[in-house]
Amino acid sequence: MTVTATTTDPQPGYKWVGTRPVRHDGLDKVTGRARYGADLNLPGMLIGAVLRSPHAHARILSIDTSAAEAMEGVRAVVTGADFPMLESGGEGSGEEYYDPLDLCRNVMARDKVLYEGHALAAVAATSRREALAALAAIEVDYEVLPHVLDVSEAMAPDAPILHEDLITEGVEPVPTTPSNVASRYVIDRGDIEKGFAEADVIVEREFVTQPVHQGYIEPHAVVADVGEDGKATVFCSSQGHFMVRAHTAELLGWEPSRVKVIPAEIGGGFGGKTTVYVEPVATRLSQKAGRPVKIVMTRDEVFRATGPTSGCKIRLKVGATRDGRLTAVSGSMAYQAGAFKGSPVSLGCMCAFAPYTIENVFLEGFDVVVNMPKVTAYRAPGAPMASFASETLLDEIAERVGMDPLEFRLHNAAEEGVRSVYGPIHKRIGFRETVEAVRDHPHYSIELGPNQGRGVASGFWFNFGGSSSATVHINEDGTASVLTGSPDIGGSRASMALMAAEELGIDVYDVTPIVSDTESVGYTDVTGGSRVTHATGLAVIDACRKVVADLRARAAMVWDVDVDEVEWVDGRAQHVSGDRAPMTTRDLAADAAGTGGPITASAAVNARGAGAAFSTQVCDVEVDPETGYVKILRYTTAQDAGRAIHPSYVEGQMQGGVAQGIGWALNEEYIFDADGTMENPGFLDYRMPVASDLPMIDTVIVEVPNPGHPYGVRGVGEVGIVPPMAAVANAIHDATGLRLSELPMSPVKVLEAIGANGG
Amino acid sequence: MARVIFGSALRRYTGGVDEVEIEATTVRSLINALDRRFPGLGKHLESGMAVAIDGEIMTDALYEPVPEDAEVHFLPPIGGG
Repeated sequence: MTVTATTTDPQPGYKWVGTRPVRHDGLDKVTGRARYGADLNLPGMLIGAVLRSPHAHARILSIDTSAAEAMEGVRAVVTGADFPMLESGGEGSGEEYYDPLDLCRNVMARDKVLYEGHALAAVAATSRREALAALAAIEVDYEVLPHVLDVSEAMAPDAPILHEDLITEGVEPVPTTPSNVASRYVIDRGDIEKGFAEADVIVEREFVTQPVHQGYIEPHAVVADVGEDGKATVFCSSQGHFMVRAHTAELLGWEPSRVKVIPAEIGGGFGGKTTVYVEPVATRLSQKAGRPVKIVMTRDEVFRATGPTSGCKIRLKVGATRDGRLTAVSGSMAYQAGAFKGSPVSLGCMCAFAPYTIENVFLEGFDVVVNMPKVTAYRAPGAPMASFASETLLDEIAERVGMDPLEFRLHNAAEEGVRSVYGPIHKRIGFRETVEAVRDHPHYSIELGPNQGRGVASGFWFNFGGSSSATVHINEDGTASVLTGSPDIGGSRASMALMAAEELGIDVYDVTPIVSDTESVGYTDVTGGSRVTHATGLAVIDACRKVVADLRARAAMVWDVDVDEVEWVDGRAQHVSGDRAPMTTRDLAADAAGTGGPITASAAVNARGAGAAFSTQVCDVEVDPETGYVKILRYTTAQDAGRAIHPSYVEGQMQGGVAQGIGWALNEEYIFDADGTMENPGFLDYRMPVASDLPMIDTVIVEVPNPGHPYGVRGVGEVGIVPPMAAVANAIHDATGLRLSELPMSPVKVLEAIGANGG
Repeated sequence: MARVIFGSALRRYTGGVDEVEIEATTVRSLINALDRRFPGLGKHLESGMAVAIDGEIMTDALYEPVPEDAEVHFLPPIGGG
């Protein structure tokens, strides 16, 4: 792999930031010592299992659990009646916005089941065999209802209605009858008719994508233990244990402080573990049984009952002048929300053309409920499918006006001070630099062979700040412990340690980064929105700076001088005169009791200043005209990281996003039968790319520092997944002349397109 | 005076008005002023919407200062994965 880095800012003289130490949690993970959600076992622990709907849409007429409750080994049974019905409304904000009523009905169905796999009862028994036998003994009387999965069919006037109280928001006049369209979102700027009138070239197409799953390796797993005092301890893997605490307590009708959540290691999340499924269920079962209860989902359950992201229908129209200036974009996007409202369609509308300067925009988005699991966030939610459509059309229009696709993007690139497509003025951004990085990369000039093609695409993601807390202790030996509330999904322990080492001036291996439970560190939002290195990093930096101020004050006390005469240099207190022997953290920690007690500081932020992320990617493919198989020959991704704290983990995020995007482009999809049952709920039939499917993905870290962070950090976890679908589609077009507009571009679809084209 | 630009989704609360100038020192006072002018808008703005002040997108920002001559947008909740 060739890894190059470009920067628009001279590298400051950092000692640790920008280096690549082995991650602190690495040894435990490669030796199997790390404890994931399923690894905890407690004395007397019961095994829980969940009864799931076999129907895509049905009314629950009755549930009889009496036989199950009487079975040997069964200690508790719960249904929807064991959980309070919450009131509808928008709760939380940003990353954590949700409707409590929808959440409680998703975790445990009430009057209706709304998708195949929807939970409607659960049992806890002394063994899994007994638990499964008890599930089989639960008698449910269903009235099966017509179901709908296709987003267009769900929007039709005669569609089966999922929620009789769902009235479309965002339209005037307000509808008087329910529908499956939860809301309409519109971006309407400039004069769209004038914009298209100015265009010399107009392209328009319809695009279709299928729902895809986040595909994390580790299934959802929890152990809940409700004690004699009525308080619960919950051990689970998630993207945010404070989120688990809040949701579990709310769904049980408790105060949050009644629940303590201990974070397990997490085997992937990608947005899919930003909500709860089995955690409240295991906790209620434990409360009823008086014993710890463990629930581990099977892979089948993960596919059938946890959030995929939306499948979509998108129609877009783009106009440009002969010299390659974009004049107008318009179109509509309809996203599947799953069984409850809340698809990321508004984000799709906002992101689709965000890398560009376009004055005339009309985009409308529809959030549509259908009979499949409620969608959950997936890396840059909403953006990849919208950008598949927009970046394919931009490729087509560049071709029509005779411009290189990268030069076309540079010609229209959004920059600092320019109004974004979604409204606000862009702050300092590095989109142009990512395009230039790909243009200047050797990959872009490699000669291609027969049946081979090259495609490029770009992508945008907002990134997010949010609330984070951190505590830093200086230990007796001068080392530091850094406690945060952010689950480590992508190497954030190492990033926190590097920033702490930089601030404190000590060796990075003298810093121990710890992910603390909900009672040991302040509230922290989920690990999502590419926010942790930025927001939790700000909290760590702030706490470290408090510690350094304290260390300087203690040194001043020892030397009996004014604190202003003490500098902190390379992990030591130095007197400005130079006539005193410097004191290290170890020296100061050893005397801590005499200078004021333990050395510790905490900080908390609701972080602002998360700089936006951009990525530009180039993909080479070879298309087999006999089979339709698309082989990825080369792939290079350039992404603005602002400042890479740990470049290896930045590259890992970039490569991971691309790998998932290629799977989305070529293979992945939910396949349902006529009854709305998922037919491929396993990794044999739901085909994600594995190492042998992909070349090494080359990375170019572009560094346009974010002015909102002391080191210039921009989140890197999400934007990498935005461009791949269009990059692959554009490469297939270059190889074959075909414009594919439906995902996945599987061999069957490619072969059909070749056949339809007379090939 | 802050300049508030309303996206299409909010214009139904403003009777089609797409831009106003409002005197405000914080986001909360801005929302209160907007609600006095467009009754019902305030509740909608406080229901999880993000706010962008001079291009900086924020959530939970009721007490965020609004600089003189700031440009303000209200946006849908922005999360992530």
